[in-house]
Amino acid sequence: MTAESFWLIAGLLLVLTAASLVSTALQRRALGPNPTLENLDARIRAWWVMASLAVAALLLGAGAVTLLFALISFLALREFFTLSVSRPADHWVLLGVFVLIIPIQYWLVWTEWYGLFTIFIPVWCFLFMPALAVLRGDTTNFLHRIAETQWAVMACVYALSHVPALLTLPIPGFEGKQALLVAFLLVVVQGSDVLQYIAGKLWGRRKLAPSVSPSKTWEGFLGGVAAASLLGMALFWLTPFGPLGALGVALFISLMGALGGLVASAIKRDRRVKDWGQMIEGHGGVLDRMDGVVFAAPVFFHLLRYFAM
Amino acid sequence: MREHGFKRLLRHTAGAGFSGLARLVTGVRPVWQGAAPSGRQRIFFANHASHGDFILLSACLPPSERYRTRPVAAADYWEKTPLRRFVATELFDCVLVEREAGARASDPMAAMLDALDGGSSLIIFPEGTRNTGTEPLPFRSGLYNLATARPHVELVPAFIENMSRVLPKGEFLPVPLLCRVVFGEAVKPEKGEERRAFLDRAREALLALDPRREAGP
Repeated sequence: MTAESFWLIAGLLLVLTAASLVSTALQRRALGPNPTLENLDARIRAWWVMASLAVAALLLGAGAVTLLFALISFLALREFFTLSVSRPADHWVLLGVFVLIIPIQYWLVWTEWYGLFTIFIPVWCFLFMPALAVLRGDTTNFLHRIAETQWAVMACVYALSHVPALLTLPIPGFEGKQALLVAFLLVVVQGSDVLQYIAGKLWGRRKLAPSVSPSKTWEGFLGGVAAASLLGMALFWLTPFGPLGALGVALFISLMGALGGLVASAIKRDRRVKDWGQMIEGHGGVLDRMDGVVFAAPVFFHLLRYFAM
Repeated sequence: MREHGFKRLLRHTAGAGFSGLARLVTGVRPVWQGAAPSGRQRIFFANHASHGDFILLSACLPPSERYRTRPVAAADYWEKTPLRRFVATELFDCVLVEREAGARASDPMAAMLDALDGGSSLIIFPEGTRNTGTEPLPFRSGLYNLATARPHVELVPAFIENMSRVLPKGEFLPVPLLCRVVFGEAVKPEKGEERRAFLDRAREALLALDPRREAGP
């Protein structure tokens, strides 16, 4: 284990332990059962599991990280398609997404075939999915069905596959340390989400977008993003950037993450559900946890490619 | 009659295997809305759109209940080829009944009552066929006949969500989508209630469990 990963894991342990202690103390002090505190407790317990999974995969290496995100893509896509409109004529397209597109995209990550990795979904799948669907002859809502399927694949597979793809970036002077970039991305984006939640609970007054998400406030949004940017600056040693560069990148990706969460809220609101699923106790579905990462990962990947290489 | 040990093992392995597969593909979770899991003898009646329906429903039952719960299936479909016959009788222990009155060699009521009297619970699809539309078809009479012939058996409605998209009629490979099975409050015929009135009420009770219905269009 490198010094960087040692400090990272120690920091995570410290934060999670502190969170568990605070949550226990709050529950002791509360008179009777309190749903908000019970949800907070469930959330923190789920964070222990998720953080352990991420750390274990990162310690095991690129193969484990790639597999973990292929699995997350599968779970996220399953949640997405559950809420999408599809007709029996889409059966083969949907099946193809699960049994061909996910494995091929992550295989391209694993084999570091960058040229095909960037165009496989936006070019090849973009064209072949409607071509396969049209052969079944059902024209009802055709464009709507195809557009939804393509959006789902772009978000849940293409965008998410940029997380393990960080491990393949040949950044000069940073060889062999790319796992730290994955850690930086996840800590800043998920940290931004948690910090927005805290800032919103403490100071939230003005609604950010009441028709999309009634619980989000300007104070939470700006406070969370600002705090996450400072967190990113403090973690500059995980990146090839200096403190100021890391601040800029962290500001960018936590902003993207926050916007991703807002976009996901709009989709959920339109489909009249509160959460994408129920897999993660206290949080909802896998997509409820990954919506920010979906929007931040490709941007982070390309900022690194442009500025660090 | 004592059951052959090997057949029993095969059936239990198939039951556990298919339930596991159903959970893996659909992440299925039971929602016990009006009824709780119990050891009582029951007839589960459900909407029907896919071959996966009864696998999904039995995956939601506790293992001991799963082994005593037998699906009622159409003999004219499941006896067409030796493979279908093997799957229906040996793997899933179906109660096979003739749907068409004219072609009947055996009485469907007798087969179902036999199974009930042997201590089994049943899964039946009162629409009588896999339905490709969005609204359930009118219920066939079997449900009413069973309810009046064996009043001590609970009739529990079970709404199966999304299975029609996981495995539509005519497909053989399932697409992974999240599914739920919503179990509602048991229904039984009122004193003097007519057949059609009861069947419509049972259908309404099943429809009311559709989670998307309350969410609106």
